[in-house]
Amino acid sequence: MQDTNWVPLFPEQASSFAWQVDYLYFYLIAISVFFTVGIVAAIFYFVIRYRETKKYATPQQIHGSIPLELFWSFVPFVISMTVFLGGAWVYWTQYTVPADTMEVYVVGKQWMWKIQHPSGQREINELHVPVGRKVKLTMTTEDVLHDFFIPAFRTKADVVPGRYTTMWFEATKPGKYRIFCAEYCGLNHSGMGGWVYVLEQKDYDNWLAGNVSDQTPVQAGEDLFTNKLGCASCHAGGPSQRGAKLEGIYNKEVKLANGQTVIADDDYIRNSILNPGGQVVEGYQPIMPTFKGQVSEEQLVSLVAYIKSLSGDAAANTGAAPKASPTAETQAKPAVEKAGEKEGK
Amino acid sequence: MDNVDAMKLDGSLEEPKVNYLTNGWSLKSWLLTKDHKRIAIMYLISVSAFFFIGGIYAATIRLELLTPASDLLESGTYNKVFTQHGIIMVFFFLIPSIPAILGNFLIPLMIGAKDLAFPRINLLSLYIYWIGGALTLFALLQGGVDTGWTFYAPYSTTFSNSYVLLVGIGIFINGFSSILTGLNFIVTTHTMRAPGMTWFRLPLFVWAHYATSLVMILGTPVVAITLLLVAIERFAGVGIFDPAIGGDPILFQHLFWFYSHPAVYIMILPGMGVISELISNFARKRIFGYEFIAFSSLAIAVFGFLVWGHHMFVSGQSVYAGLVFSFLTMVVAVPSAIKVFNWSATLYKGSISYDTPMLYAIGFMGLFLIGGLTGLFLGSIGLTVHLTETYFIVAHFHYVMVGGQVIAYLGGIHYWWPKITGKLYSEFWGKISAMLVFIGFNLTFFPQFILGYQGMPRRYAAYPEEFQVLNIFSTAGASVLAVGMTLPVLYLVHSLIWGEKASANPYMHPGLEWRTDSPPPTLNFDETPVVTWEAYEFGEESGMDLDAARRRDEVSPAA
Repeated sequence: MQDTNWVPLFPEQASSFAWQVDYLYFYLIAISVFFTVGIVAAIFYFVIRYRETKKYATPQQIHGSIPLELFWSFVPFVISMTVFLGGAWVYWTQYTVPADTMEVYVVGKQWMWKIQHPSGQREINELHVPVGRKVKLTMTTEDVLHDFFIPAFRTKADVVPGRYTTMWFEATKPGKYRIFCAEYCGLNHSGMGGWVYVLEQKDYDNWLAGNVSDQTPVQAGEDLFTNKLGCASCHAGGPSQRGAKLEGIYNKEVKLANGQTVIADDDYIRNSILNPGGQVVEGYQPIMPTFKGQVSEEQLVSLVAYIKSLSGDAAANTGAAPKASPTAETQAKPAVEKAGEKEGK
Repeated sequence: MDNVDAMKLDGSLEEPKVNYLTNGWSLKSWLLTKDHKRIAIMYLISVSAFFFIGGIYAATIRLELLTPASDLLESGTYNKVFTQHGIIMVFFFLIPSIPAILGNFLIPLMIGAKDLAFPRINLLSLYIYWIGGALTLFALLQGGVDTGWTFYAPYSTTFSNSYVLLVGIGIFINGFSSILTGLNFIVTTHTMRAPGMTWFRLPLFVWAHYATSLVMILGTPVVAITLLLVAIERFAGVGIFDPAIGGDPILFQHLFWFYSHPAVYIMILPGMGVISELISNFARKRIFGYEFIAFSSLAIAVFGFLVWGHHMFVSGQSVYAGLVFSFLTMVVAVPSAIKVFNWSATLYKGSISYDTPMLYAIGFMGLFLIGGLTGLFLGSIGLTVHLTETYFIVAHFHYVMVGGQVIAYLGGIHYWWPKITGKLYSEFWGKISAMLVFIGFNLTFFPQFILGYQGMPRRYAAYPEEFQVLNIFSTAGASVLAVGMTLPVLYLVHSLIWGEKASANPYMHPGLEWRTDSPPPTLNFDETPVVTWEAYEFGEESGMDLDAARRRDEVSPAA
């Protein structure tokens, strides 16, 4: 790993792609220093060398030079293209989520971060992750725009109401790193921060074990699906069911009643719960009522996780070895959580 | 008109001619004037008042950030202060500054016209500016607004409990002032040029304003409509941007930046126009690559409309859209680079004098260089993911907006001050303040680049302690900057009363504006000028009697 800890006034570096961002930064600093020093030196030289010696003198007039113009259009163009390509390469790494990630859900809310792990642990303004493990954050917000920013990981992404955004990282160094909200979100914007704790795998396992865990998102989703919201009455029950079949659809193409096809990704599932009439699957009637206002963002996240699990996809996403199945008694949530959900409804 | 001050060279003082300032003293003669020069003066006073208010907000921000805790202001107040700093500086200072004051005053003089094409519309645009400004100030007095100058939805449409509607309407109305000014400049440049004043004899100041005007006309309606949509959603609950009622918050960002990125060029192109004048004139050398500078202004104006998405790299727009916007942003870097190279080359083998405006121009080149190069950092998409929404952004756009436009504005005000007022200011204090502004500016904003890379987010009332040292540097710089910005008010006002009288052409520069009296008569020229020389022609062949001017200076060295 290309360390940058020797650089003065430089932030800590703790993710797998942080060195790429840092090296791109150094490249740009090199370009900037080169041009600034060169041009400023030329200006100073000209200003002193060609200072006025006789008032209102008329020096020899030079109109311009096409070869020079072409030269100093072409050179910046080429340099800016190298900067573009470098940036594109880093960006691609930052925003292409690799396979085999551990998926963590993040819900922003004025002015806190609510985080839930695949094994059910919930945290507020803190995120515990194991070192050397690829972590994908699936994020949304209950109110306004926020932005999940971890300077030490050199990445951030806006958190947008009404849709899911994702970001990923692989922490490379155990430690404690700041989380900031980087998109202005109102009164206590500057207080909406927290810490990422990067732990060795065994410490992470201990943390998981020591933390009273809740239902996993998949279990919570199943509970909502079959009991609380009654989705199962239409979406499960064999060939005569009124609602579209959900098994095996995740990330597959779905044919719609209007002839289009869409990919059944997280956003599609979410939209189909909130706005069922929007993209009806071919062969079904638009009879499903909207659940907008009845489910909170966190419940939605759980429902999506459950529906994904019907395609046999969620099992790979847990952070630790499968733990003992949680008991029904551990459903008590932190008080803040409950208040949050009430507002959500 | 082809001679300077020949009649005054014997030192006799004639009965002063009536000029635009002495042509009527009543309030009505100002408020109902159609004279572009008087309208420019009224803009100068109003825009300066807004600059003062915005400056007070800036000082408050820097004082609050002296310590990590939000102790001077609680965060709700701080949020209003930075929002109002942005709104006032962008919409009521930067956008009108050079075009409405210097552009208004100088474009007719520079092209040899009696006035702008539509004098009444020009006065109307001033009144619209006043109405929009008054509404905005009224909203601030009522309790202000806390959305950030960007008004991002759904915070602005649903969540904010401040005077969003009123401020939005104020800015909406003010937009028409820009549109009308832009329209006036375009028609004037096309139809009012004096005989012989061909397009390629136009001063580059006029070219820059032509490009600016295109952006004003094409871009401003979009932001006006966007703010109207915010008002509709806020007032009537129609779902446009808030997803809770069926809207899309990213749509707001697209609409907002479709205007506000080109608006960045409204805020820098006129400054580039001023700098082209200053560099060429104070080097007494034709500008290097005239056509390239002229067309690079147009290229910037056109490409400026294609890069709005670079404000949204982390907003959740598609990865491919991000890549395309990053590529186009890199392309815009080229015309800006062309300008810097041409300005530098103009100095080569010139005859350079160090008057106050030239100090500003040289300062501009250094600051704009840093502002432009850090723009490359932010256009480079992978780096921006880390840098956006931090103090790096804040530093970058202040280098362009303040280091660029404000420095150019100050340079321009100093350069044309003798023409506008007929008085000379103190060169000594001018130079002192130019240097204070340069040093103070760098001390204020350079540390913010470092803070930004360290990850300090913008718009934070309170910040972690590890960022304090650099913030102290920044606040210290801001106090130097404040002194540097206050001095000109003192010595320029002083010059109005006690300043020496300026001759028609104190610098012996060839532009048409220097070939009429200082201050000019109401109709600008006693007789319509006929242009027979090229732009930036400094020798005697452009009709200036340089020996006579040298003798004039011996009689009265200051003039």
